[in-house]
Amino acid sequence: MHQLTLAQIARGLAAKDFSAVELSAALLARIQQLDPQLNSFITVTADQALAQAAAADARRAAGENGALLGAPIAHKDLFCTQGVLTTCASKILHNFKAPYDATVVDKLAAAGAVSLGKLNMDEFAMGSSNESSHYGAVKNPWNLERVPGGSSGGSAAAVAARLIPAATGTDTGGSIRQPAALTNLTGLKPTYGRVSRWGMIAYASSLDQGGPIARTAEDCALLLTGMAGFDAKDSTCVDVPVDDYLAALNQPLAGLRIGLPKEYFGAGLDGRIADAVLAVVEELKKLGATVKEISLPNMQQAIPAYYVIAPAEASSNLSRFDGVRFGYRCENPQNLEDLYKRSRGEGFGAEVQRRIMVGTYALSAGYYDAYYLKAQKVRRLIKNDFVAAFDEVDLIVGPTTPNPAWKLGEKSSDPVSAYLEDIYTITANLAGIPGLSMPAGFVDGLPVGVQLLAPYFHEARLLNVAHQYQQVTDWHTRTPSGF
Amino acid sequence: MALERSDVEKIAHLARLGLAEVEIPRTTETLNNILGLIDQMQAVDTDGIEPLAHPLEATQRLRADVVTETNRRDAYQAIAPAVENGLYLVPKVIE
Repeated sequence: MHQLTLAQIARGLAAKDFSAVELSAALLARIQQLDPQLNSFITVTADQALAQAAAADARRAAGENGALLGAPIAHKDLFCTQGVLTTCASKILHNFKAPYDATVVDKLAAAGAVSLGKLNMDEFAMGSSNESSHYGAVKNPWNLERVPGGSSGGSAAAVAARLIPAATGTDTGGSIRQPAALTNLTGLKPTYGRVSRWGMIAYASSLDQGGPIARTAEDCALLLTGMAGFDAKDSTCVDVPVDDYLAALNQPLAGLRIGLPKEYFGAGLDGRIADAVLAVVEELKKLGATVKEISLPNMQQAIPAYYVIAPAEASSNLSRFDGVRFGYRCENPQNLEDLYKRSRGEGFGAEVQRRIMVGTYALSAGYYDAYYLKAQKVRRLIKNDFVAAFDEVDLIVGPTTPNPAWKLGEKSSDPVSAYLEDIYTITANLAGIPGLSMPAGFVDGLPVGVQLLAPYFHEARLLNVAHQYQQVTDWHTRTPSGF
Repeated sequence: MALERSDVEKIAHLARLGLAEVEIPRTTETLNNILGLIDQMQAVDTDGIEPLAHPLEATQRLRADVVTETNRRDAYQAIAPAVENGLYLVPKVIE
């Protein structure tokens, strides 16, 4: 049963081949048996899941037949869940039970999805290896000595190991697409404002966006349909109608204009990953697409701009964790300043502290113009590059990451070397456009992801192209041995 | 411009982060490496370019000026480290 996709589950439940309770119980047993090797869950909510599954079965018996009714999923542990721990993989929230549900959690629950628990991640979503979690690193099911990527590393590992068919994630600089690439999954970061951020613990508010991680584009379409939409509670959520993602999947690709940015193929990219990108382009050409070279001249500046904007916004967002109203408080504070400093110093891990300090410095008196304002100007140049490119093409294709999954510990002593791995993903966050990573082959037994980028609100096009590619290839069906 | 130990201490104070003495040299080195990466951006010509804050250039929505939230003081206080009589407790601020 664990090999079923969300689409197959929907058909199986509708045909009464199995019940939602049977399915969730089977996956909960699998999590208990296999997750100790992976560490992908922080919290498993078995009792609540079985109650939700029973409620879904009752709704179905009463005549409902929604695509997510009874579908088992799990949430990245930064989506607030009322009465269930939401830790953000941080000591400072080790005891935090949110007093409300995130909009995404609410919407998926209302659609009948069954949440099996909360998934491990890099602390406060700051990282690309899942090694900064207070709850320990997550292992890549394809090779237990390697990272699953991050920050949605628990989401990716759990789905890749067939513990759950799909999961929610969030993407601030690549945190859905990069772990999807490193674990042979399909992951989508929607347009900024497409999915509500309400109840999603903030890292960098002008970049953060929730989205689905699953094995297929079709499943991403199913899950995104349940997540997307306007929410008055998120002031940056956009009031634009949600497309019919499922209906778009089967559109033919004839006439699709693909752009290949020449800057993508420079030094730093593993040549075998470049070959995988070109092989995807060949398949898409067979399906009727045309290809031309384009240019994104400011791409290299995305990393410095991102590592100003994201830490600056983080330093502001994370000032709310002060040991007073919720979360961790240090022992025996001598005075109020000691309470703040020790609660934060003891509660935040090293990478989170580094980013808070970089952001505090960038925003401090005398440096604001040189750092934050400068980075926002570079951000506009990056957006302008995409706007110009999408005048000429419908879709941009390239690598998701320059290299496959690295070894646990390999980059932990040098944060800058890990930051450089984000080169292909962060431009989409800075510009706010949607991006999708899909499985496209293997290098030394490790999965390779190819990234598709589209203009604002063209999630349906990304899902359509990925789905058509997955009809003529089988990379996405490969399963890691042992799972 | 490289940060010195005293700069890092000042930044940590501004951010209200208690750094252990032994961590300061390593933190200083790492922050300088990160700032070295960031400073590459200074070479970009941004004359006449407007800063971009929201990718879709959206402006803040306004809502009707009516009360929509309910009072949930008990739920919020139930998760606090220390409360008394409906108030959050912190160490004495005024002697």
